Amino acid sequence: MTTNSLNSVPVPVIELTEVTRNFQIGTHVVKALDGISLTIEQGEMVAIIGPSGSGKSTLMNTLGCLDQPSSGRFVLNGQDVSGLSDNQLAETRSHQLGFVFQSYNLLPRETALSNVELPLKYSGGYSGKSRRAAARTALDRVGLSERYDHRPMQMSGGEQQRVGIARALVKNPDLILADEPTGNLDTKSSGEVIEMLRSLNEVDGKTIVVVTHDPEVAEAMKRVIAFRDGRIVEDRIVTDRATPITDYNVDSEASE
Amino acid sequence: MNLTLLLSTALSSIGTNKLRAGLTLLGIVIGVSSVIAMMAVGRGAQVSVTARISDLGTELITVRPGAQALRFAFFGGGGNSDVLSLADALALQDDVFAPDVRLVAPENSFSGAAVFGAENTFVNGVGITAEYLEARNLSIASGRNISNTDVQNISNVVVLGFEISETLFAQRNPVGATLKISGREFTVVGVMESQEGTIFNPDNSALIPITTAHYRMNNGKGLVDSISVSSINILATSEDTVDHARTDVSTVLRLRHELGADEDDDFLITTQQDTIETLEGTQGTFVILLGSIAGISLLVGGIGVMNIMLVSVTERTREIGIRRAVGAKRRDILFQFVAEAVLMTFGGGILGVLVGWTIAYFGDGASVDGDIIETVIETHIAFIALAVSVAVGLFFGIYPAVRAASLNPIEALRHE
Repeated sequence: MTTNSLNSVPVPVIELTEVTRNFQIGTHVVKALDGISLTIEQGEMVAIIGPSGSGKSTLMNTLGCLDQPSSGRFVLNGQDVSGLSDNQLAETRSHQLGFVFQSYNLLPRETALSNVELPLKYSGGYSGKSRRAAARTALDRVGLSERYDHRPMQMSGGEQQRVGIARALVKNPDLILADEPTGNLDTKSSGEVIEMLRSLNEVDGKTIVVVTHDPEVAEAMKRVIAFRDGRIVEDRIVTDRATPITDYNVDSEASE
Repeated sequence: MNLTLLLSTALSSIGTNKLRAGLTLLGIVIGVSSVIAMMAVGRGAQVSVTARISDLGTELITVRPGAQALRFAFFGGGGNSDVLSLADALALQDDVFAPDVRLVAPENSFSGAAVFGAENTFVNGVGITAEYLEARNLSIASGRNISNTDVQNISNVVVLGFEISETLFAQRNPVGATLKISGREFTVVGVMESQEGTIFNPDNSALIPITTAHYRMNNGKGLVDSISVSSINILATSEDTVDHARTDVSTVLRLRHELGADEDDDFLITTQQDTIETLEGTQGTFVILLGSIAGISLLVGGIGVMNIMLVSVTERTREIGIRRAVGAKRRDILFQFVAEAVLMTFGGGILGVLVGWTIAYFGDGASVDGDIIETVIETHIAFIALAVSVAVGLFFGIYPAVRAASLNPIEALRHE
């Protein structure tokens, strides 16, 4: 199942070994992840696709250290996070990854700058001044230099999602996880967000994992992993960007 | 999250719903201000009672028949018990046995109606000796005091309390007039100054010689020495010798009453200090009662805070999820919500202290049904009230905060 990335970097960013995640629903056990083994190297840009209920969101929550596997091993940047405590998971989220959400998940009453500052508030060592400086840098990186003091309601969906990306970037993590980042956006804004993610990968060298059901988004990534019933059914390197991705039962619904 | 950041985050969250925060705060403001105002009124009453008792003179000692003797008197049907006699009072004037006693003023009592012309009024009759006025810190407005010659002669003379004089004689000077008390004629020799507002108001008193009270008003018999007295007022030589004087009095009376070592006193000695302590104790209970009633409103305010915090946690579930996703630990969420609750109650506490102080300040000297309310503002009560309001915030904020902190971040993020 393991596929090496285009770049040959010694320590993989993500290394899953026989990871399962079971949910008990009444007396019925649902295997959301059914023995996943997967390696993602530094600098990869991966799309995870699959129909609703295929387990891709569960995988995302696991990769994002919001959830823990029922069994198996998850090594993030060389550290086994499978057995970490709630506090240690929070530390890991804080220091090693950035999240981008479908519905942006910005704090509605806070300005763009303040939203981007948020992760820094939960990791010590930043003065108010250095927080704001870092947040400005991140907003500049996503092209929102003019929007520091705007609140989410005053911005377009594409801009809000860029604020979301800036927030994911602000602590300069190696890994950025995006869950349906274009799910709420029109075609033009989607294109901008995809370009932004590509740029972060190619210019800044970030490892990017995107869960999506949008073929265009998947096409834009360098590697596509297809999920079904908690298992990986296909894992391929995208060589020809024109190849349509229609074979994996990508349905039209949003992810679960 | 450091403290500054925590507080500023909490403050900005409170600020997003100002009306709600304001109403929640109001509950605490009402609670704290009523505690402050009630305590000020209660303490004011306490202080003024103490001051009025102190007016009587802190060296005053009063001896009354003991509980046993009173019970006997009750079953015997007599008016005054026979435990204390005029001879006891005379013995207390002995410089050798009672060196710390400066003045002894025995008294007994009678009751009756005073009649002058068409006017009449009930009087609180007191049989006294010349020392009585000094012992009770009273003074004559016009005329003269009852003299010890009057006492020896069993004269029908009377010194009237201010109110009796007003009732019977209106604006006229009663000195020299003759009135009837319980059918007997008395010549008015003096009128006391009004002592309105003191604890033992003598304005309704009619003072006559103790012998007259015994033989004429109470139809008593026997020799002068055996005249029974209802109480003996004693002044110690100074405030510092009150305890010594008390011991002197006890020793003399026990000797005179031939009490054995294993027998209890058949008399009761009360110093002004005792009275002050007793009354302050009673008043203290009153203050605590007032404070508790006010405290209940603070409790209700606290429940309001808890209610709002629970609503807030539900409303902000997604926010909690976002914060958790970007690295907030459970305790960061816990602290944030506790900080919000405490900030609200602390703010309410400060406002409450200010409002309470204002009420106490303007309430001082206010008249309710003719009673003057005095208030005493005490700084330490304010600090206690503030500390309590912070504690209320902690107590009622913890549960909602724990609920917020224990939310699953994945589910919180999904929350609409």
